[in-house]
Amino acid sequence: MRDRFTSSQWAGLTLIGGLIIFPFVVSLFTGQPVESGVPKFWQGMLIQVFILAVFAMSYDILMGYTGILSFGHALFFGTGAYTIGILLKHAGWDLGSALLAVIVIAIIQSLIVGLLSLRVSGVYFAMVTLAFAQMFFLLAEATDFRQWTGAEDGLQSIPVPAWISPTTERLRFYYVTLAFAIIMYLLARQVVNSPTGRVMMAIRDNETRAKVLGYHTLTFKLIAITVSGVMAALAGAFNALWNLNANPAVLGVGTTINALLMTIIGGVGSLIGPMLGAGVIQLLGYWLNVFFGPSWPLLFGIVYILIVLFLPYGIVGTWRLRSAGWLAMWRERSRSLIRFFNHP
Amino acid sequence: MSDWIIETHRLTRDFGSLRAVDQVDLQVRSGSIHAIIGPNGAGKTTLFNLISGYLKPTSGRVLLRGQDITRVPLHRMAHLGIGRSFQITNIFPTLTVLENVRLAAQARGRDNFRLWTSAAKLRAYTERALAALHQVGLHERALQIAATLPHGDKRRLELAILLAGDADILLLDEPTAGMATEQVPMLLELLRGIRQGTNKTILIVEHNMSVVMSLAETITVMHQGRVLAEGSPAAISANQAVREAYLGTAFAGGQP
Ligand SMILES: Nc1ncnc2c1ncn2[C@@H]1O[C@H](COP(=O)(O)OP(=O)(O)O)[C@@H](O)[C@H]1O
Ligand SMILES: [Mg+2]
Repeated sequence: MRDRFTSSQWAGLTLIGGLIIFPFVVSLFTGQPVESGVPKFWQGMLIQVFILAVFAMSYDILMGYTGILSFGHALFFGTGAYTIGILLKHAGWDLGSALLAVIVIAIIQSLIVGLLSLRVSGVYFAMVTLAFAQMFFLLAEATDFRQWTGAEDGLQSIPVPAWISPTTERLRFYYVTLAFAIIMYLLARQVVNSPTGRVMMAIRDNETRAKVLGYHTLTFKLIAITVSGVMAALAGAFNALWNLNANPAVLGVGTTINALLMTIIGGVGSLIGPMLGAGVIQLLGYWLNVFFGPSWPLLFGIVYILIVLFLPYGIVGTWRLRSAGWLAMWRERSRSLIRFFNHP
Repeated sequence: MSDWIIETHRLTRDFGSLRAVDQVDLQVRSGSIHAIIGPNGAGKTTLFNLISGYLKPTSGRVLLRGQDITRVPLHRMAHLGIGRSFQITNIFPTLTVLENVRLAAQARGRDNFRLWTSAAKLRAYTERALAALHQVGLHERALQIAATLPHGDKRRLELAILLAGDADILLLDEPTAGMATEQVPMLLELLRGIRQGTNKTILIVEHNMSVVMSLAETITVMHQGRVLAEGSPAAISANQAVREAYLGTAFAGGQP
């Protein structure tokens, strides 16, 4: 019996199988070749989902598993994007070495940020991380470094190797990012299920109690921020490869808020939830834009409020709690919503 | 070397203008069961917080086997062999009962930084945790989320966490408070078993006089932050000052 898969493993394998054949399914339905037109467009859409999924998951390790709220997660994502861009464009490094450098720099950066800011906790920690991210945002915009960073215009035309070019080798890029997302998920799952990961969850629940048991909690929080930082940096690097550029916005507050939204919509502390949240945000943003034009962020805000009202634990969290009378909760919340609009 | 495993020297802790613990000199004999009693607000929990490193004293010292541990950081205490339970249940609410206890066992081991093994595969810790849950009779609830336990079961979980930590010195802060009455004999048997089977030292704060009188070899009575009296159960129950200050009639009923 042991070698049988559980139902959630089956769901995962089905999802992966579906994503592998997806480009060909779209090609079949549209009658267009898989390397161009609508199939190519939808590959691009999912590539962005995969990249954002890894970013959201990295945020979940911090917020969902260790209970650390960060407002500066864009720092890691953006630094990853700029690192790979500068190394490919100005230093002429090959892709493998550049990715390795992204990892090394992310480790150093997370340890420094962690050591300097984990002395405070809660909202204070969040504010310190925000300050770090803003510092790098200003650095990216600074005209003094224009020759390397492109200042406010960003780093343009990053020379991505031809074999993995997101424009001419879209299908290959699709499979590479899909593999990247799967590998990152498996690594993250391994980390949260390890003895170290369990201590992170203990810290999230009750840090002082974890100390009384004998855990030096700062060390575990540093591990969490480093794992999270490296994953976010790699996602940022893939984002730069996909866009062929890196601009200051990747270091901006909006990037962090995006991770926060994806994590909350998908379900905090579930890894897979934030990945689904990334899909929801990316696709919802696309369709709202198609149907409602430039006013879509407003509608997105309304959809977001509805999601928080009706899926208070996110998609995955609410699904797991489905036995706990969510239908009754929905009925109750719809009633109060209707009451609110009748007598605001 | 003295016989004392724990000693406090003129231990004092202020909260603002309130002196919660006032110049307490306590000596705990190695391998004994030592009870601390006294009315609410006497400073018993604060004394525990000072001994276990949870709070730092305003003045005075705490010695462990003659070594000064007053400034030792909280997370080192477990590794020095000091474990404690809390009067107000202090657990990991979203984790399972088993995970709560397993974490206590793992804390003393060497596998805390193994990212490539799965925690569930570290059998030794799981077995130690299950054994502790068996001891308090909570093994059937091992896979339940801790927050969903009834209050009395949370008290037993608190106890299992302490047992799994395998400390040499167990500080129990009102273990029977909130526990179902029919569980009290279990606790008595458990503590007697520890006393007889091991060389562990037990320091216990307890309001249930029958528990105190039948278990403790030494009793320290606290009142308004100070030590009012100390002695054997018989000496304490005969002490007129103790009777007047605190015990009253409830005490007579608790005599062995
Ligand atoms: N963290 C704290 N801050 C302020 N006052 C406290 C704190 N902890 C305890 N006290 C006060 O110290 C006194 C002793 O409390 P405590 O040690 O809990 O007594 P006991 O455990 O004997 O009931 C009480 O008056 C209590 O209100
Ligand atoms: Mg108390």
